[in-house]
Amino acid sequence: MRRARVELSGWGRTAPSVGTLVDVAPGELRDGSVKVDDLIRGGDGDDGRGAIARGRGRAYGDPAQNGGGAVVRLGPGAIVLDDARGTVTVGAGVSLDELLRHLVPRGWFVPVTPGTRFVTVGGCIASDIHGKNHHVDGSFGAHVDALTMLLADGTLVSITPESDAELWWATLGGMGLTGLIVDATVRLIPIETSRCMVDTERVPNLDSLIQRMETGDEHYRYSVAWIDLVARGAALGRSVLTRGDHATLDDLADISRGAEGDPLAFAPGTLADVPPGVPNVLNRLAVRAFNEVWYRKAPAQHRSVESITGFFHPLDMVGSWNRLYGRAGFLQYQFVVPFEATDTLREIVDRVASSGHASFLAVLKRFGPESGGMLSFPTPGWTLTLDLPAGASGLDRLIADLDRLVLGVGGRHYLAKDATATPDVIRAGYPRLDEWRAVRRRVDPDHRWASDQARRLDLL
Amino acid sequence: MNNAVHQPQTIVVLGGRSDIARAIVTELASPALRRVVLAVRDPSAADTAGYLDPSAGAGHDVEVDAIEFDATDPASHEPLIERLVAEYGDLDVVVQAFGQLGAPGLDDPVASAELATVNFTGAVSSGLAVARQLRRQGHGTLVVLSSVAGVRTRASNFVYGSTKAGQDAFATGLGHALHGSGARVMTVRPGFVRSSMTAGMDEAPFSTDPAEVGAAVANGLRRGSDVVWVPGVLRFVFGLLRFAPGFVWRKLDR
Repeated sequence: MRRARVELSGWGRTAPSVGTLVDVAPGELRDGSVKVDDLIRGGDGDDGRGAIARGRGRAYGDPAQNGGGAVVRLGPGAIVLDDARGTVTVGAGVSLDELLRHLVPRGWFVPVTPGTRFVTVGGCIASDIHGKNHHVDGSFGAHVDALTMLLADGTLVSITPESDAELWWATLGGMGLTGLIVDATVRLIPIETSRCMVDTERVPNLDSLIQRMETGDEHYRYSVAWIDLVARGAALGRSVLTRGDHATLDDLADISRGAEGDPLAFAPGTLADVPPGVPNVLNRLAVRAFNEVWYRKAPAQHRSVESITGFFHPLDMVGSWNRLYGRAGFLQYQFVVPFEATDTLREIVDRVASSGHASFLAVLKRFGPESGGMLSFPTPGWTLTLDLPAGASGLDRLIADLDRLVLGVGGRHYLAKDATATPDVIRAGYPRLDEWRAVRRRVDPDHRWASDQARRLDLL
Repeated sequence: MNNAVHQPQTIVVLGGRSDIARAIVTELASPALRRVVLAVRDPSAADTAGYLDPSAGAGHDVEVDAIEFDATDPASHEPLIERLVAEYGDLDVVVQAFGQLGAPGLDDPVASAELATVNFTGAVSSGLAVARQLRRQGHGTLVVLSSVAGVRTRASNFVYGSTKAGQDAFATGLGHALHGSGARVMTVRPGFVRSSMTAGMDEAPFSTDPAEVGAAVANGLRRGSDVVWVPGVLRFVFGLLRFAPGFVWRKLDR
């Protein structure tokens, strides 16, 4: 175990705080050489501030920081693949990047991946993340069979949905506040190749996008639309819809280029790194120009073979891209509204487009059924994600307007992205919050797990 | 905890009757703001209900409480901060706004010492008590209302000026001492501020009003400034005046 006092913020680089970063190996927890008290007492003897787990720091706001307290980073654990059952038991500190490098050449894929590989398995569970396949496969939590957790009372327990249903459903999406996830057993997707067959279409406006997604998504495992949130008028909500599936060997045989070499090859790299100290280059002019080019260059309709990185994690090709927003940082606003609330969705797109706040590409996606996690974000409906530079004046008013619109139709906000919500906004979006709190009172009566976000949103 | 757009949830005003502090709170009011605590000599006389202008940006009910605070009793400052934290949780912004204005002259040693006790000694003990909590929580900003009167003291109010010079030096030094702890100090140096504290006094050049100070403080908090001058031009004016020869400086102090 190693300790260091450091300033931490989320991926958006806003609202930092200083806490004690505690690096611990999973083995130290298993053999008892590091106890829960050692983790929680990380804060230089300052008791009462608790501890929270941190993976790769990809949550945008403050859920993985803990001012004055301990922030626990679990070292990478083992990756144990069970080929016969199609499951992997993996340390919570292992990233999807590391996991995919192990799994893909062996013909397996993670059941759900977000837009970046640089998240840990523990983070995927604590945020009950979703990916482009939510409308078919649900969230990450729906594919987890068992968890090992370190609880506030110091016990190391293995749980399944059957052994402790309450704790299970409070932990999926529970933002690490029910205990430290140490490892997980996850069901995998078999793949024949490391490529994807992707259909790309350019869609002139939001109405036609909604209509195409409503009717066509069911034919694809993966579906997502990138929306230009700067375009207005007749082009409001113009977008590029990309939908696809894992390519089979037969698919690749039809296309000579894709069939060369090992069909399961997977060695993603980084094209460039953004150095520190870059000013905000994503201003309105730059974003408008980028979105224009990006929309024009997209094919009207096109089928292509793409790599896993190109299809799932395009931004991973640019290291530290969050620095492009300069010192003030940025925030990512993500919400879901019910399917029938398309008028509200349109109004929100219109508000953002006419607000003058430059949003780099936004992402629209249809969610399938809920996973059952008490604080899990995905619920059937439309989810829209947009990036906003945090330094812009008037941003607070735009967000307050959007919050009202989202809550007005029974929507909610994603805790892994949240950096601006209030306790009232979260309470309104998560009707099972009190049920979750009751479980927390049972497993952590002394509030030993805590984060800046938990305090800010009054979750505990 | 501040949110991503620098909006605090909890603001404490030491010297809750200050017009400038009230203007700062008005500027910082947002949907995120949950409570304002006014530390004042006489809580029963504090107008908590009417403190926040309804047209300020809160858009919802903000809890405003008053609590007893005596700047001249250093021993009470640490327990006071501990009580605040026990009741309200983390402190996001603490405004050190108390102080006495006065111009005791060459023949007022007792009144002068009293001024020093409130403006300097009180600032030191309460500032350290706040800093201890901000370090403990790993975030938060102490906003210290200093004055250009302390940048170079004038014959007409050199006692007041010297107390503000002490407070200012303490605040900037505290900021350096806290570097890396997550706690921050922002020192605010307004010129002459038209407020109830200065009513009836002659205005100096580059005078300002509480609203302007409030806006400058909010802006400074967003930018993470260490020192804020109001109006901003005073930074340059005093950059020169600091080095004016004595006979010039005395002449300027009509």
